[in-house]
Amino acid sequence: MTEQVKPLSNTATAAPAAPGGLTGYFRKVLAIVRKDVAAEIRTKEMISAMLVFSLLIILIFNFAFDLRAENINTVAPGVLWVSIAFAGMLGLSRSFILELDRGVLDGLLLTPVDRSAIYFGKMIGNVLFISVVEIILLPVFVILFNQPANILPMLAGVVLLGTIGFAGVGTLFSAMAVHTRAREVMLPIMLFPVVVPVMLSAVRLTAGILDQVPFEDVRHWGVLLVAFDAIFVAASFMLFEYVVEE
Amino acid sequence: MIEIQKIVKTFGRRVVLRGADLTINEGDFVTLMGANGAGKTTLMHIVANLSKPTAGRVLINGYNLADAASQLRRFIGLVSHKTLLYDDLTADQNLNFYARMYDVPHAAERIETVLRQVGLWGRQHDPVRTYSRGMQQRLAIARSILHNPPILLLDEPDTGLDQHASDMLGKLLHAVGVSQRTILMTTHNLERGLSLGNRVVILANGKIACDVRRNEVSVDELRRQYFKFVTSN
Repeated sequence: MTEQVKPLSNTATAAPAAPGGLTGYFRKVLAIVRKDVAAEIRTKEMISAMLVFSLLIILIFNFAFDLRAENINTVAPGVLWVSIAFAGMLGLSRSFILELDRGVLDGLLLTPVDRSAIYFGKMIGNVLFISVVEIILLPVFVILFNQPANILPMLAGVVLLGTIGFAGVGTLFSAMAVHTRAREVMLPIMLFPVVVPVMLSAVRLTAGILDQVPFEDVRHWGVLLVAFDAIFVAASFMLFEYVVEE
Repeated sequence: MIEIQKIVKTFGRRVVLRGADLTINEGDFVTLMGANGAGKTTLMHIVANLSKPTAGRVLINGYNLADAASQLRRFIGLVSHKTLLYDDLTADQNLNFYARMYDVPHAAERIETVLRQVGLWGRQHDPVRTYSRGMQQRLAIARSILHNPPILLLDEPDTGLDQHASDMLGKLLHAVGVSQRTILMTTHNLERGLSLGNRVVILANGKIACDVRRNEVSVDELRRQYFKFVTSN
């Protein structure tokens, strides 16, 4: 543990030491989330692009496949998660590019904030933005794929869990990819192979909901999804500092 | 006091800093000069803890920056080539964000104070992207002193400014209380460097090649020294 630094004796006195403990930490996380939300409300760049893209994917798949009552539930879960993953990728790739403009990532790194607070702030922001898209996407999906409306709450739960895993590791990779030359290409190349366990369990759970099978039959997929969410978020939390610092 | 001790920095095979030593006393205003690529920004980034040295260390009031970075960052303000501001947010939103990150007490009053100091009070609700380059740089200075840091690092603060705005820079720095801070500034403008700082340091061949007090050297002499070291690089 490092020793407590005494204030410097210059006439100018820096702001007092941060309130310790979790309150100060979460205040920083919240500040980053609020800043991202404020920027998005002003520009609407990320959410509008993700929304249009995800709706287009759903529509294209809907037209492209020969959907009949007997095969619709086989195809639908995959279509839903392909649209979420691709749209989410758009959002994630923008996430740290915004921080790179005007060097604001340096501005963030200059602040006396634990690097993990930056990670959680960016991750929560990404989950929020993807969730806003999903709120609109899910009813459209239910209508286009002839699903009963009563599956929406269950579907929303699974989609939220999948989004946490996807954005959890995606935020870390977005921070890594932003320093590479071909960042738009690098992010999906790095992220998709890693996120397979989350996608696989989310698709299986979604299929279970559409087929209305008893929860016990798909419970192991739910456990797997929650476990990978926890692993991905914990690993990203630990690695983020090494990714953003030189 | 900032003690830069035997700093070496390499990028792959390229050695940028080769054991740079510099001590900056409290209240000093040190102007760091050097040719393009001499390593001024690299040294600045190392002192700001944005970059880690390959070898050597930086002590701030005796504390090793590498060991107590998260606590020492609170005492440092940086004005860079880039504004470190979010274009899509207003000046008020930008400063509020940084105030939260630095736990600035009475943030609203402090934001009003620094915006008045840099002459942007009244434009605080406009998005930063609508500001001219000079206004953005003034806001960047406001951001850097928002948490009232005793150490201010100014990395070519006159970049992109027109002649008038550059001339205003000195007045602006005095308005935000440079005399109360320890300052390290890089610039290519010899006259400005000499007029603002009380010490001038020239970085050449990855080392501090010249370190003189303002009253010990004239502009012409400084120019001679500067070109001697830069051309020998």
